Order: sequence, then C-alpha cells, then structure tokens
Amino acid sequence: MDRIPPPGMDIGKDLVAASATPLVLAILSEGESYGYAIIKRVDELSSGALRWTDGMLYPVLHRLERNGLVEANWGRSESGRRRKYYRLTAEGSAELSNQQRQWQVVNETLRATPFTSFRLAPQGI
Amino acid sequence: MIEERISEWRSYLRRRKTIESMDVDELEDHLRSQVSDLREAGLDEEEAFLIGVKRLGELDALSREFAREHSERLWKRLVVTDAEEDGVDWSGEALVALGLAVAAGAAIKVPEIFGLSLEDGGPAAESFYIRNFSLFALPFLAGFFAWKRGLEPARMLGLAAPFILGILAVNLLPFEPAGHTEVLAAIHLPMALWLAVGIGYAGGAWRSHEHRMNYVRFSGEWFIYYVLIALGGGVLMGFTMFVFGAIGRDAEWLLNSWILPCGVMGAVIIAGWLVEAKQSVIENMAPVLTLLFTPLFTLMLLAFLATMLWTGSSIDVEREVLIGFDLLLVLVVGLLLYSISARDPRAEPGFFDVLQLVLVVCALLVDALALWAILARISAFGFSPNRVAALGENLILVVNLGWSAVLYARFVRRRGGFAPLERWQTAYLPVYAVWAWIVVVVFPLLFRFQ
Repeated sequence: MDRIPPPGMDIGKDLVAASATPLVLAILSEGESYGYAIIKRVDELSSGALRWTDGMLYPVLHRLERNGLVEANWGRSESGRRRKYYRLTAEGSAELSNQQRQWQVVNETLRATPFTSFRLAPQGI
Repeated sequence: MIEERISEWRSYLRRRKTIESMDVDELEDHLRSQVSDLREAGLDEEEAFLIGVKRLGELDALSREFAREHSERLWKRLVVTDAEEDGVDWSGEALVALGLAVAAGAAIKVPEIFGLSLEDGGPAAESFYIRNFSLFALPFLAGFFAWKRGLEPARMLGLAAPFILGILAVNLLPFEPAGHTEVLAAIHLPMALWLAVGIGYAGGAWRSHEHRMNYVRFSGEWFIYYVLIALGGGVLMGFTMFVFGAIGRDAEWLLNSWILPCGVMGAVIIAGWLVEAKQSVIENMAPVLTLLFTPLFTLMLLAFLATMLWTGSSIDVEREVLIGFDLLLVLVVGLLLYSISARDPRAEPGFFDVLQLVLVVCALLVDALALWAILARISAFGFSPNRVAALGENLILVVNLGWSAVLYARFVRRRGGFAPLERWQTAYLPVYAVWAWIVVVVFPLLFRFQ
C-alpha cells in the first residue's frame, strides 16, 4: 500500500483533529465497534503514524452521538466487562459520503497544485 | 494490585466535574483492554497500567476536552435522580421525603374532618389554624431528619418533647380568640420549633458548634428554596385559574382548599430535602446574597444616620416602629450570621470585615435612637404583651450585635481571631429558642390570655 508513511513522521495536531470525524465514521461503516478497537484500527491502518491521545477519542464519539451520526448502547465484552458500542446511523452514512466528497475536493485541489510534484525530502538526515 | 490502582484512578477521574461516571466506565474499559494487550505483549502489570494511563492522555487536557463536548455538566444538574452519580442512592430518601411531604399536606386537611373548615369555619376554626399552622409541617421535617440521621429512640423522645409541648401549649391554654397573646404565640411557636428541628438536623448532637453552624447554613438555603418553590407554586396556581377559567369553570375552590394549604405544608419538607440532597452540589446562595446586600444595607443605614443628623428630625413613634426596628436588627443579625457561616475563619481581616463592622455599628446606633424614642412613650402607654415582646426581642438582638461588634472590632484590629465571633453566634442560638418558648408559654399566663 502506498499510504504507509515513513517512520517517525508526525502528523500535525490540526490535521489529526480534522480527520478524526471522517476516520471514525469510516471505521464504524465497517460495522459496530467500541473505543479501544477504533483506536487500534486507526493505528493499524496508518501503521502507527496517526496516533491519537486515546482519551480524546471519547469526546469525539460523544459529539457524533449527540448529533445523531452514531448511536451507542452498552453491551458486554468477551470477558464480561461493561462496554459501550457505537454503530453508524443512516444520518452517519450520509455524513460519511458528504465528508468523502469534501475530502476529495481537497485532495483534487492539492493535486492540481505543485504540491504533489514536490519531492519528498529523504528522511534521516 | 491492579484492581486497587484502577479504582484509585477511577476516583481520581470522578473528581472532575465534566467527566461523569458513565464516561469513567467507558474509559475504564479502554484502560483494561489496553492493559491486557500490553500484558500479552510481555509487560508486567505495573508497566502496562502506567502506559495505559499515559496513553489515555493528560487528565487536565482530557477533562477540558470533555467539558467542550459536555458544557452543560459545568452547570451542575439540578435534578437529583442519577442514583449512580456519587454512589449514593437518592431514591430511598426521595421517597421518604415525598411521603412526609404528602403527610404534611394531608395533615392540614385532617382538622376539617372534625368540622374545622380552613376557609369559612368561623372565628373558632380561624383561631385554631392560626395557633397550629406550624405544627402541621415542622414535625414531619423533624421526622425526616430523625430518619435520615438514624436517631436513637431515646433521642427521638427528646426531639419529640418540644413538639408535644408546643401542641399542648397552644391548644390547652385558654387563649382569647384573636387576642394579642394568641397571635404572639402563633408567631413565636414556629421559631421555637424551627430550632427544635435543628436538634434533629444535628442528629441529637445539638451542643456541637459545627452542627449548629451547619444548621444555620441549612436554614438560609431552606428559606431560599422555599421562596423559589413558592414562586413556582404561584405560577402554577395562576395558570390553573386561567386554563379552567377559559372553559368557564371556577377552580378557586380547588386552589384555596387544596393546592394552596397542602402545597404550603408539603413544600416545607421538599425544600428541606432538596437542601440536604444538594448541599454539596450547588454553591450556597445565602452567603452570596449576604455579600451583595451587606454593602447596600450599610450605605442605607449610613445615609439614614446622616439625614437624621443633618435635618435634626427624630423618629416618629408609631405603633409599628418598634417592630420595624426589630426586623431591621433581625436582618442585620442575619447578614452577620450568613457572612460568618461562609467565611473562611483562617482568612485575614479584609475590607468586607470592616464593612460588616460598620453595618453592625450603624444598626446599633439606629436602634439606640429608636429605643430612646420608644422608651419615653412606653412609660406613658404601659406594658402590653406586644410591647414587651418587641422590647424583649430588641434587647436580645442588641446584646448579640453589641458583643459581636466588640469581637469584630478586636478581629479587625488583629487583637483576636475570627473563631470567637463564630462561637458567640452559635452559642447565642439557644437564647432565641428560650425567648420564643417564653412568649409561647409564659406570656399567655402573664397577660391572662388577652
């Protein structure tokens, strides 16, 4: 996969914050999940480049829940612990495609600029 | 070991106002998943826990983030229904309080079974309700505290004694209907009983200075809650009249004979319960109001004294003047009491203390002027029960304020601490009770029930 970033890369705070909503919605579109699993999935997909402060995910989830994009219910984990599961709602799916379009626009705009023709500086010097 | 650490971490997290216990549960699940993953990766319990906590993020930042999402939590919620909230089960207490409130509301309807109508029962019924109105609700409030504090049976008897004395005094003494002593007894019985409720509030330990101060705080908050409930009740009654009037039905009988009397009694217990349930949750209002009004009353009294000096006018001795000045002293004592109750006794004397001292001294001066004017007249009028009661109250309050002024002056000049002032106020509380009982029980005998 070409999205594997070079190791040691730090993604800016603002970009992390901006990408949180589409990422969470996209991961939840794969099926019901819970906080820790979502974090692990982000970690896995970005090969560790997108590291959130774990606790910060929850206010994001709560905001999505309040806005009706996801719905939550308390269930049990395999070991019987109380666990809060989140699921995408119809509104959430709509928002996800909306976000998709927006990110596409950003992406295409960036591609049209000299942005992509910049050579990545070699790492490690 | 890990369980201990996690429960410590939980309680630490719970202290943040913006993170609720549900959120803590969710974060705990996260932490535990993280810890078990790290353990599988070969870390020991301690390391896994530390890393897990670290990854969750710094607590301040985390609670700020939660606050941004849940700003309503900073406005601490007013309704006490969340049983899990502080690990205390409110529901039992709520039920007891509600039951007692209903009982108090029902109690005022009981005499009607015996033909004493609240609305138009003639002078006999009117006199009965005037004398007894405090006895319908306050015993239930005392009962609520007796239940809540788990009072032992022996102390329960001690708590019941003043109420029994009150019932006997106002119902067995042959008062002249609508006479002065009857009205005085009716006014003073609630004060006497209110202090008796304090015995229940303190769980029987009424000698304790701290318990007395807490009861003073409780009383101020109770009063504010009661006024708020009364305002709400007024709105409810207004709308009841309006909506039933709109369909041509008269709801006045319902209001006058049920909602108003039962509500007035029931609200006494509800207000008491709310203050108890909320004492830790809401900032106390009485000290805030004190802070607001102490400067204003000081200014008013200073302006009054200056005007008197400037124009040379004297106090016009009317019938109600003495009572008016009594009420002024009550107010000043109240301001003093509530500013004391909220003050950190270890704090250095500041501007507000000087202001408080000026207020007390002004009140004493104004009262001295009024007393001077009144005493001259009293020798001409002779002693009536009303005048003796008003004079006695004046004396009691002047003694309190006079000594408070001395103690306050010492404190402001750094010759003494703040604690003596506090102790003086709480030590003085029984004086009010004794005086109230004298007016209820001794006055009728002294003035032959006129």
